[in-house]
Amino acid sequence: MSDSRDELQAYTVRLELVDRPGELLRALEPIADNGGNLLSIFHERGNLTPRGHIPVEVDLEAAPDRFEGIVDALRAEGINVIQAGAEVYAEEVTVLLIGHLVRTDLSDTLDRIEDSTDSSVEDFALSAPENTDGKSSARLRLATQSGETDAALATIRSIAAEKDFRVVEPLTAGGGA
Amino acid sequence: MVGAGAVGSSVAELAGEYGHTVTALADSQSAAVDPDGIDVQAALDRKSAEGVVGGGDVTDALDGSYDVLVEATPTTLGDAQPGFGHVETALERDRHVVLANKGPVAERYGDLRDLERASAGTVRFEATVGGAIPVLSTVEDFGPSHITAARGVLNGTANFILSRMAAEGLGYEHVLAEAQDLGVAEADPSFDVEGTDAALKCVILANVLAEDREYTLADATVEGISDLPGSALELANEDGRTIRLIGEVVDGEVRVGPRLVPEHAALAVTGTRNIVQLETTNAGQLNVSGRGAGGPETATAVLADVDRLPE
Repeated sequence: MSDSRDELQAYTVRLELVDRPGELLRALEPIADNGGNLLSIFHERGNLTPRGHIPVEVDLEAAPDRFEGIVDALRAEGINVIQAGAEVYAEEVTVLLIGHLVRTDLSDTLDRIEDSTDSSVEDFALSAPENTDGKSSARLRLATQSGETDAALATIRSIAAEKDFRVVEPLTAGGGA
Repeated sequence: MVGAGAVGSSVAELAGEYGHTVTALADSQSAAVDPDGIDVQAALDRKSAEGVVGGGDVTDALDGSYDVLVEATPTTLGDAQPGFGHVETALERDRHVVLANKGPVAERYGDLRDLERASAGTVRFEATVGGAIPVLSTVEDFGPSHITAARGVLNGTANFILSRMAAEGLGYEHVLAEAQDLGVAEADPSFDVEGTDAALKCVILANVLAEDREYTLADATVEGISDLPGSALELANEDGRTIRLIGEVVDGEVRVGPRLVPEHAALAVTGTRNIVQLETTNAGQLNVSGRGAGGPETATAVLADVDRLPE
């Protein structure tokens, strides 16, 4: 990772869009134009806000000094920014879980990971064997709050110890190089 | 030279090329001793034909004439004997010692350093970590206080198995059998696949890096790879990652276990290759990689140590 990239931070912006064609694109342009790098867009069609608008959650990366400009540009376009969250979830961590995942109540495992680490499961993939005795593997991507990755990993480890499955953790600090 | 396995016999064979004379070569049963230099090839031929390298025994070798003892007997845990005793004899005679045997430096580092302090001899052990890769001498050059963390792939057998499982989508048992056919894995692979060998190397690194405490294998948290299903590697692969058996020395903790690393990360070496990554205070990250095992490869590290010794 180069030094300049280290300065980028992840931000979550919640927008309310009028239900009109082209509105989403119009909302995304000011982000790109002001140096923001889009990470994901969660467009909750069918789920309306009390004012009858469509909520959209945008995750983006930007240098901290550019982020304010992005929010200003959105507002200047008349887009309703309801939450320009300082990085709600700033870090991501991927782990593998191996063991009798289904038999030990997978949804309980995931709920507990989310609840007790204050993080959000962003992606989940399960590979279960055909025979029920074999071990399953799962890949879990968690979004955690800034600086909370180690705590989240510790929690996952303790849930794994209790349910007797293995965790393959990522290498932190420098392991991505 | 004590120890006539793959590393020991390679050191003996290459010693002449590096300007050294082998005055004795011993294995656990026998020894060939000659203060003017033994005929290395004859001793090794005799070992393969008769099972002995010569008519003497290891005591004759240790009591004979030499400047440097090269200790390359198999690594043993706990009291690290008989290797430790060989080192003790040499140091008490004020001779230098170069170790390829991990036992004395991983399990009895404090005792070893005490003996060294009381002796005019010096102990070196580059060959014990990462085969041909200059890991410990790099640490020495930077100075342990300028290195904040070390991590790496330190077992070629485990790495071969994980890379093959990931590349071919094969199960652990299948790849292990293949590795055994190729001679990459031993008939009893547990030392490699359960992480013990990598842990010993990390413990040695931790001993060299630590200013104020001694580590043994008991201080390391160790997990192996033998119960990893192929599906775990597949899931990692779908996400642009892979699994490697990584040893780490960070914040005074020694930890070995399978870890997720990005597929194209420097640490994701393939096959039997090893790598060590050092975090330095003034020079960022430093990666050294190469062949981490093998007779001639490891012998080069032994011979480099011999040249580093004081007169």
